[in-house]
Amino acid sequence: MNHDAYDDAYIRDILKGIKTIAMVGASANWNRPSFFAMKYLQAKGYRVIPVNPKEAGNEILGEKTYATLRDLPEAVDMVDCFRASDAIPPIAEDAVAIGAKVLWLQLGVRHDGAAARAEAAGLKVVMNRCPKIEFGRLFGELGWSGINTGVFTNRRRDTGAKPKKGTI
Amino acid sequence: MNDDKAKRRYGFETLSIHSGAAPDPTTGARATPIYQTTAFVFDDVDHAASLFNLQTFGYIYSRLTNPTVAVLEERVSALEGGRGAVACASGHAAQLLALFTLMEPGDEFVASRKLYGGSITQFGQSFKKFGWTCHFADPADPENFRKALTPKCKAIFLEVLANPGGVVVDLEAVAKIAKEAGIPVIVDNTLATPYLCRPFDWGCDIVVHSATKYLGGHGNSMAGIVVESGKFNWAQNDKFPSLTKPTPSYHGLTFYETFGDFGYTMKTRAEGLRDLGPALSPFNAFMILTGIETLALRMERHVANAQKVAEFLEKHPKVAWVSYAGLKSSPYHALAKKYLPKGPGAVFTFGVKGGYDAGIKVVEGVQMLSHLANIGDTRSLIIHPASTTHRQLAKEQLVAAGAGPDVVRLSIGLETAEDIMADLDQALSKT
Repeated sequence: MNHDAYDDAYIRDILKGIKTIAMVGASANWNRPSFFAMKYLQAKGYRVIPVNPKEAGNEILGEKTYATLRDLPEAVDMVDCFRASDAIPPIAEDAVAIGAKVLWLQLGVRHDGAAARAEAAGLKVVMNRCPKIEFGRLFGELGWSGINTGVFTNRRRDTGAKPKKGTI
Repeated sequence: MNDDKAKRRYGFETLSIHSGAAPDPTTGARATPIYQTTAFVFDDVDHAASLFNLQTFGYIYSRLTNPTVAVLEERVSALEGGRGAVACASGHAAQLLALFTLMEPGDEFVASRKLYGGSITQFGQSFKKFGWTCHFADPADPENFRKALTPKCKAIFLEVLANPGGVVVDLEAVAKIAKEAGIPVIVDNTLATPYLCRPFDWGCDIVVHSATKYLGGHGNSMAGIVVESGKFNWAQNDKFPSLTKPTPSYHGLTFYETFGDFGYTMKTRAEGLRDLGPALSPFNAFMILTGIETLALRMERHVANAQKVAEFLEKHPKVAWVSYAGLKSSPYHALAKKYLPKGPGAVFTFGVKGGYDAGIKVVEGVQMLSHLANIGDTRSLIIHPASTTHRQLAKEQLVAAGAGPDVVRLSIGLETAEDIMADLDQALSKT
């Protein structure tokens, strides 16, 4: 996998294929990027379980927080990391151990060694990207803010949003 | 999906027509609809809160974002090879917004001396009221930008193809100087358009346009736009707290950290556009979008006509000189070949023998060309800058800006080239 330039199809397949995300480094502070991403991904229909030792036992956005990935009581499809790059190797080991299918490292986070380890164990890896931004980009919403999505379509575009209450 | 077919990129003409646009999700309308509405409904209170906090993408109010305007933003961003863009009411608003995100009271910036006269007034006079100081530098030697820099400077601003003088600035050299200083280069790319020059390809960081000119191209709608390359590291020094420190007006949100390589675009919209208010009307965005669909075709003809007219004037007995970088006689010919290989635009100046009075006779003597203060129209335009667009400048500023008393500025349109030359010939014969 070329981690400098992902194909749209690779990212789209990941985002369409997962249902549950463990968010490592999830913050309870509403103006932190992880809180933004968690709230957005929940609104798009994903289950997001926060992982943060400082918040263990507390709820963030209605979900109980766990100290580590190995404490999670259920399987997750993807591990999304809001942590510094040098903190990634043990998280990648945990992601492999709990059977996650995808290891996703946030904007500014990259660790090629940990990525190689996860890929060797059969996980798909995305680095230096944000799933919120990629979801918005691929399903059209990011363009609403004037961002160059690079997405072309000659069909009506599915915005990926789950049905809103009050609609038929 | 790793084969060559998946990797190939769409060409400029395809991007001009399709970028940012998709069939309307509700109706299937293929042309971009004009969403002439001030506001957009919220699904519920929580959705509204998420939108106001910038936690989700969506529309609130057309002063901030609008679906028609957003298509224009994504399209110009794609054509420039940028990451994101903010459209606004005019080119002057774009310059204000581009700097507003970077500057604090007491900050300074360096600008090329060869700029549209209105920009020299905006930078040198009106921006003083924000506590901003502009140092002007002669772009003929890029080192002049370095010499003008101070520790408080937050950007270098230039027009790659300057209005009105036919001056081309050495983008690569200036970008290198800015990089060493840890500040961005802002390029006004209005006269070149991304079809003739893409400043991001030469290491520049922000592009602004008066989209009123060639992007719209038909002289019927005002618009401006700010485009960010997405490659500038705002956290490399402590010069840009607006992007790297918590923003009080967004409850402590840090834009560069939260939005990464389009943090500048988000901040420019969420603070600059929101609080200064120069929003673009959806109708004007539609007009500019329609113009952009034919940008490549129009620019090809604009530069072909300009080259013919410039060569004709250079040989004319009533003409003292012609300043067009497409002419071998121009000191900017080599730079034009490098940065504008498809042609150095279609706005240039010439000097009429007989000075100020002769210049006025030419602009009053034309019968087909239009005497007005605009450029980048399908129509050929003519003006005497010293008595109009650059009138606010002092005499030495006039000469420095390439708008001396004998200077006539042309914006060559898309009429039959022979008709443009015939009209200029008959007007010159009256001097």
